[in-house]
Amino acid sequence: MSDDVRTDIAEAARSFGITPEDYMLPARHLIRIVDQDGTVLSTEEQGAEPGHDYPVPADEDLLEAYRRLVAGRRINDQNSALVRQGRMAVYPSSHGQEACQVAAAACLGEGDWLFPTYRDTVAVISRGVDPVEAMTIFRGDWHGGFDPRQHKVGIQSTPLTTQLLHAVGVAHAARLRGEDTVVVAMCGDGATSEGDFHEALNFAAVFHLPVIFFVQNNQYAISVPLARQTVAPSLAHKAVGYGMAGERVDGNDLVALLAVLERGVRLVRGGAGPLLVEAHTYRIQAHTNADDATRYREDAEVQEWLAKDPVKRMRTYLTDRGLLTEELQSRYEQEAEDIASALREGMNRESTPDPQDLFAHVYSVPTPQLAEQSAMLAEELSREEAS
Amino acid sequence: MTTDTTTPAGAVPGTAAGPAPVTGAGTALETLTIAKAINRALADELAADEKVLLMGEDIGSLGGVYRVTEGLKARFGADRVVDSPLAESGIIGTSIGLALRGYRPVAEIQFDGFVFPGFNQITTQLAKMHARTRGAATVPVTIRIPYGGGIGSIEHHSESPEALFAHTAGLRVITPSNAHDAYWMTRQGIRSQDPVIIFEPKRRYWLKGEVDVSADGHRGVSAFQAQVVREGTDATIAAWGPLVPVALAAANAAAEDGRSIEVIDLRSLSPVDFDALQASVEKTGRMVVTHEAPTFGGLGGEIAARLMERSFLHLEAPILRVGGFHLPYPPSRVEEQYLPDLDRILDAVDRTFAY
Ligand SMILES: Cc1ncc(C[n+]2csc(CCOP(=O)(O)OP(=O)(O)O)c2C)c(N)n1
Ligand SMILES: [Mg+2]
Repeated sequence: MSDDVRTDIAEAARSFGITPEDYMLPARHLIRIVDQDGTVLSTEEQGAEPGHDYPVPADEDLLEAYRRLVAGRRINDQNSALVRQGRMAVYPSSHGQEACQVAAAACLGEGDWLFPTYRDTVAVISRGVDPVEAMTIFRGDWHGGFDPRQHKVGIQSTPLTTQLLHAVGVAHAARLRGEDTVVVAMCGDGATSEGDFHEALNFAAVFHLPVIFFVQNNQYAISVPLARQTVAPSLAHKAVGYGMAGERVDGNDLVALLAVLERGVRLVRGGAGPLLVEAHTYRIQAHTNADDATRYREDAEVQEWLAKDPVKRMRTYLTDRGLLTEELQSRYEQEAEDIASALREGMNRESTPDPQDLFAHVYSVPTPQLAEQSAMLAEELSREEAS
Repeated sequence: MTTDTTTPAGAVPGTAAGPAPVTGAGTALETLTIAKAINRALADELAADEKVLLMGEDIGSLGGVYRVTEGLKARFGADRVVDSPLAESGIIGTSIGLALRGYRPVAEIQFDGFVFPGFNQITTQLAKMHARTRGAATVPVTIRIPYGGGIGSIEHHSESPEALFAHTAGLRVITPSNAHDAYWMTRQGIRSQDPVIIFEPKRRYWLKGEVDVSADGHRGVSAFQAQVVREGTDATIAAWGPLVPVALAAANAAAEDGRSIEVIDLRSLSPVDFDALQASVEKTGRMVVTHEAPTFGGLGGEIAARLMERSFLHLEAPILRVGGFHLPYPPSRVEEQYLPDLDRILDAVDRTFAY
């Protein structure tokens, strides 16, 4: 098995005219195409190298991604507001990371799968899950709000990195079934310290599976900075240890993200084996509404990252290129507003989860013990109602 | 709400509603060890359903450290009998992904003490996926774990962690005690729509027995039911897995003293077949429940408590537990003093009569 992997890595490397090592190691610099002011960098400044250069995606792809980016920002801020109003228990916002969210979904084709974390709600919605259904878990109605098989999206996972192995299993199934599925498996920088991160990358590499591990390095795991997770040159450098390719990309540059992930999907789908992509970004808000970020980071740092805002940057870039008109902009904003109002409407609608549902799905057929306990609860509830 | 007291979830075709009479006509008896019976069951399921695949450490060319998967890679190929990297969480976690795409992975954990790297995936993911998705996603993963002591091994090779898994909602936990059950329970476990953990009594792997491998050799018995393996009228011994033969020996010894002891093989540890236990204890009025795992916090306590709730007025004596001490599993030279044995079980039976 490992012989095949080397062959394919070697083939990919050969197609770029570089050594397998240079193919697996990330480029010396972060891949960035548009700088924080929205201007396109010169080729030398883009961090590109032989085998690590990425063509700018097609105009319509850029506009479509920007449309979702505008929606993503609105979804984050609407959800945070709903939490403050007590309509939801918790919301881990990806404010500041929306370019990563959008790119993770946009690079996938119809038959592909996405395995998100708790922070990746915007990616989930961007992939086509109904926004209100996606919020089910944060509202506390149920631990999952949609059918993962219907949407080819995993339920947002809280035990860190467990979802990466599910992603690898789905990719393994695709290989056995002879399907050309690509699976994007997401996690954060802190999560790369978990054992399942290692096991997932290693399984994917050994079985030569079509997975892109997409790490949003937003610099913190709650309060703990990246320096406490690793002293590796970068997270993307971990790839070579598994015999897979790694790349670093500016996670606030939607153009670069799309470029790297689209090429990645093409390579992975073509059989080049798994890929690790590390996106440098920043969590502008606290870990969740329950967190106090002032205890562990300086406001100056937040300000610095606010200047790198992915939405503003993309808007300037597209406007300067003449792709984004005022009219388009207001249409996108209106669409985002429609999603936000659907969210408000959905979250403000009273829901009454039925406690009897709890017993219905633990097993494919409830066990006698659960049948007994559900009857016990029904009896208790009817007594309460009577009194 | 319908329940599954009799019908196995994902029953093997031909499962009758009730036990079929054992006649010569439909039977095909073969004498097999427990290990060979499981091997045969795995082969038959691999042959019957192309979505079944095995994954584990050393299960391919070696055939597993206990040779349970011997010959299967040669017969079904490396894509269906998969030697995985050495990582239990990886084995379970990727099995979940495979199951999401329609496969029925059967994972082998090499030894009981090495399931723990996979514990997170089993308890936070495998057990909860069906409930989390309101039944939209079934994850029919089977996990086979050789368990229990008495083989003179070093640390971490002799444990009985079944209560940890039975305690976890969403898992089915079964354990056969003889070759016939090993064959059928393995097949039924693989066909269950729910995740199933099969604890295999490793010190009995070489125990031989007759296995009816004919199409309805299961005789309509579900893997999730208990069975009376010896009828009696004066007291009941409830046991599972490796201790069933010990319980039977104790019953035979007691018979010499004129006591008629019923022995129940629980077979399923989640769900527990409380109806069968209740029927027995209400007939005999006395029960001793025995397992290798520590008594403290063990399944014996749950069984005793539930039967007290259900059958208090039928009891002639408190239900007694005979289990391991609350110790890390001891080194092999003193494991004999740890493991419940015939004398300890008979002493407990005596105490139920003396009460
Ligand atoms: C196994 C596990 N341990 C601890 C936690 C609690 N926890 C939730 S999020 C988090 C930080 C994760 O940081 P990172 O992976 O960088 O993702 P981010 O939240 O920054 O997106 C922690 C410690 C958890 N969910 N799972
Ligand atoms: Mg982080």
